[in-house]
Amino acid sequence: MRKTNWQIWTGFFLSLVAAFSYPLLFVRWAITREFPWANLTLFAIALVLLFLGLRRAFKPDKKIISRIFSSLAAAFGVLLLAGLLYLIYVMGSWLPASTGAPQVGQKAPAFTLTDSNDKPVTLAQLLAEPINNKPPKGVLLIFYRGYW
Amino acid sequence: MRSFEKNLNQFSEAGIRVVGISVDTPDETRKYMIQKAGYSFTFLSDPKLETIRRYDLVHANEIASGKDIARPAEFLLDSSGTIRWRMITENFFKIAQPEQVLQATKALQ
Repeated sequence: MRKTNWQIWTGFFLSLVAAFSYPLLFVRWAITREFPWANLTLFAIALVLLFLGLRRAFKPDKKIISRIFSSLAAAFGVLLLAGLLYLIYVMGSWLPASTGAPQVGQKAPAFTLTDSNDKPVTLAQLLAEPINNKPPKGVLLIFYRGYW
Repeated sequence: MRSFEKNLNQFSEAGIRVVGISVDTPDETRKYMIQKAGYSFTFLSDPKLETIRRYDLVHANEIASGKDIARPAEFLLDSSGTIRWRMITENFFKIAQPEQVLQATKALQ
């Protein structure tokens, strides 16, 4: 009876998990987002399994089809790793320079924008309206991309 | 963003109002950020990128959305409206953390 090459299969699925768990899960926490520890660990295990599976597929008694499949699976795993690193370190830095942004020590440019209750809000209001019945000490403006 | 929501009490205690600004309309913000994602801080809509442009934070033709949006950036203002701390990241995956900002708020009067 032929045994399945479980190393290749497990390595293949684990490399899928290692790649897609970054955007779907580990991107949520700064510790696993800023440097992808969790994903690189998963990839390390996946690549070891793929290597073992590949070695097994290239033993003399194995069929050509299992060699082709194992090679494709291993190549796909490496491609997924390259893709994840490309996403984080190359695409992640595709941001405009914004050299004209207001500097520390300057007054923040005034604005009037609509809040989520459709009411106009000025920066002056944000700086004046009490927080917990006390005058605010400051305002944190977070510019973000909007919902995905 | 999520980490700021989790630490919102600490910001309130420090007297800091947390405000999110994006191109999303008030409708979209209500639906996605408040009702679906459970955020409770102040959200402001800048669909025409007027304020985003004044702060030089326009990310034109952003690849994932295919439209003009704000690039990530954070500014801490004191009560006079002067910028006391800011972060303009060079990598989308590395944005300000609440601990950093709370540290910077200690210098505010």
